Amino acid sequence: MAASLRCFLRSGKNTVSALQRRDFHRSAPAAVQMTVRDALNQAMDEELERDERVFLLGEEVAQYDGAYKVSRGLWKKYGDKRIIDTPISEINVLLQAGLRPICEFMTFNFSMQAIDQIINSAAKTYYMSAGLQSVPIVFRGPNGASAGVAAQHSQCFAAWYGHCPGLKVVSPWNSEDAKGLLKSAIRDENPVVVLENELLYGVPFEMSEEAQSKDFTIPIGKAKIERQGNSITLVAHSRYVGHCLDAAAVLAKEGIECEVINLRTIRPMDVETIETSVMKTNHLVTVEGGWPQFGIGAEICARIMEGPAFNYLDSPVTRVTGVDIPMPYAKILEDHSLPQVKDIIFSVKKTLNI
Amino acid sequence: MSARTYADFTTQATFEIKKCDVFKLDEGPATQVVLTRDEGLQYYRTMQTMRRMELKADQLYKQKIIRGFCHLYDGQEACAVGIEASINLSDHLITAYRAHGYTYTRGGTVKEIMAELTGRRGGIAKGKGGSMHMYCKHFYGGNGIVGAQGQIFETYNMAALWKLPVIFICENNRYGMGTSVERAAASTDYFKRGEFIPGLRVDGMDVLCVREATRFAADHCRSGKGPILMELQTYRYHGHSMSDPGVSYRTREEIQEVRSKSDPISMLKDRMLSNNMASVEELKEIDVEVRKEIEDAAQFATTDPEPPLEELCNHIFCDMPSLEVRGTNPWAKLKSVS
Repeated sequence: MAASLRCFLRSGKNTVSALQRRDFHRSAPAAVQMTVRDALNQAMDEELERDERVFLLGEEVAQYDGAYKVSRGLWKKYGDKRIIDTPISEINVLLQAGLRPICEFMTFNFSMQAIDQIINSAAKTYYMSAGLQSVPIVFRGPNGASAGVAAQHSQCFAAWYGHCPGLKVVSPWNSEDAKGLLKSAIRDENPVVVLENELLYGVPFEMSEEAQSKDFTIPIGKAKIERQGNSITLVAHSRYVGHCLDAAAVLAKEGIECEVINLRTIRPMDVETIETSVMKTNHLVTVEGGWPQFGIGAEICARIMEGPAFNYLDSPVTRVTGVDIPMPYAKILEDHSLPQVKDIIFSVKKTLNI
Repeated sequence: MSARTYADFTTQATFEIKKCDVFKLDEGPATQVVLTRDEGLQYYRTMQTMRRMELKADQLYKQKIIRGFCHLYDGQEACAVGIEASINLSDHLITAYRAHGYTYTRGGTVKEIMAELTGRRGGIAKGKGGSMHMYCKHFYGGNGIVGAQGQIFETYNMAALWKLPVIFICENNRYGMGTSVERAAASTDYFKRGEFIPGLRVDGMDVLCVREATRFAADHCRSGKGPILMELQTYRYHGHSMSDPGVSYRTREEIQEVRSKSDPISMLKDRMLSNNMASVEELKEIDVEVRKEIEDAAQFATTDPEPPLEELCNHIFCDMPSLEVRGTNPWAKLKSVS
């Protein structure tokens, strides 16, 4: 019972709805376990069905079922006109007026080949045309480190894309995030970059009944408080939300209650949620997998400083980040190149001066 | 031990090889070539070593001792060996991620290569590069290159404009990951895609064809005629990488057919045996030696320790005095030396 309750809390539900769920007189809403991969697949399936202008293109997305199997079954269902295999050429970004492409990058490292198109053609066009030409395109794929894929395949692009006006950038953590944010991205009239994470693809999370609906979307630009607390605020995106929750569980045993915020959207960033939290806890630690210089944590620090929450800080903000080096291959080196749960715990205690 | 002395063997023989298709060239590589016994034995040993090394890597990957990406070269041995036979170690070579074969022909040892795959300090890149990022003198990796279709045309343009002595080599193994060339390319005559650069289409399964074509191409470049393109028609037995079984987009029958009719090592072996250039026992002895070399290398690769943590931040910049590097948090100040 305790375990399932923890499970509910971890998935973001508050205790009240968890208890409501056990009322057998009404038809009990059934939560299911779903992997992030399946959630993304479901999101695309639903949006392909809903709007015939939506289509998916990328390397190996059709007949191969997707390099990471995220698009499994879609080519069989929708055929050649909606699911298109492109040759290995990232610059094949189609900006066909009137259509709504979802462009899959095998990893965002390869998007550097097409980055000119993403920024100069997609992000800036609506502005340059003074509102005449909108670009409803989605760029999605795995971002950041995987396991043992070395320097050219492990980079986090959240800061790179988050830098550009005209782009929306989202970074889902769990399955609900993945489905809700991807659906919102597909329905959005603007270019949206969806930074997924390969290590999370196979991880199952709870999907509430609400999330199982065909109309379930998560608004872009709104962060979510995954865990409430009073001692300190932890802000993270993607995989590191999980790390923060793990660190919070350990710290709770020592009486330190962390408030964990899942950013969900990198741009436009929900600074208000962070500020409200910091004004309550007076301490802030940011956690990300990317490099420190000019990163997500750096931006959060700057924004906190510029806003009302600055006066509520009892100590400087601490950034927990990837080590400032290209990603090494050897396992022991790779493990020490990225934030571990113990680094977060250490940083929390240092920030609280414990 | 063979009862025959070396005096019994033919020291060299002439072979008829497949004619290359040419593009924008008046003549192509020779179709009658001489192979000496010594050369034959050396090519055999090198290709067999590469073959066994890749199969061992497959094994170690399945045991999870090698992690991440691993793109195997077995089937394509004639390409790397044939090329190296006609160039000098002082020439420069760069390739994409299917790089283990070239790392070996360019001078890396099996031991260093395997230890790099297992991420140990004895690896050719000290464990920091992995499968796709191996380097040695005049060999620039090992790169996670993707398609870059546009960039290759920019490169062709500059190379032709400045008459650079470059041989552009396309190892056409029929599939770009899971997509056959027919589904990916508007024209599959890759040797013609240089447009204003002459090209050759070569049987990449025959080490003598590759050697002869490379000799022709190298002469072309060295005589100041500018760049040239070589398309080697070859085949990989494994899937694109270890995560690809390699049978969802091609049939097992196809793979089997290539193995039985066009295997580069078998082809060379048959030629040498039928021309009395070597004995079955002699080749078997080489096989045994190769097997031992691979076993020893695998032993080293699995027992050598991982790189020390002090190495984590080294080699960011060249020629810099000691540098401070930020760790995962502001209190973690790490050191980097060139």
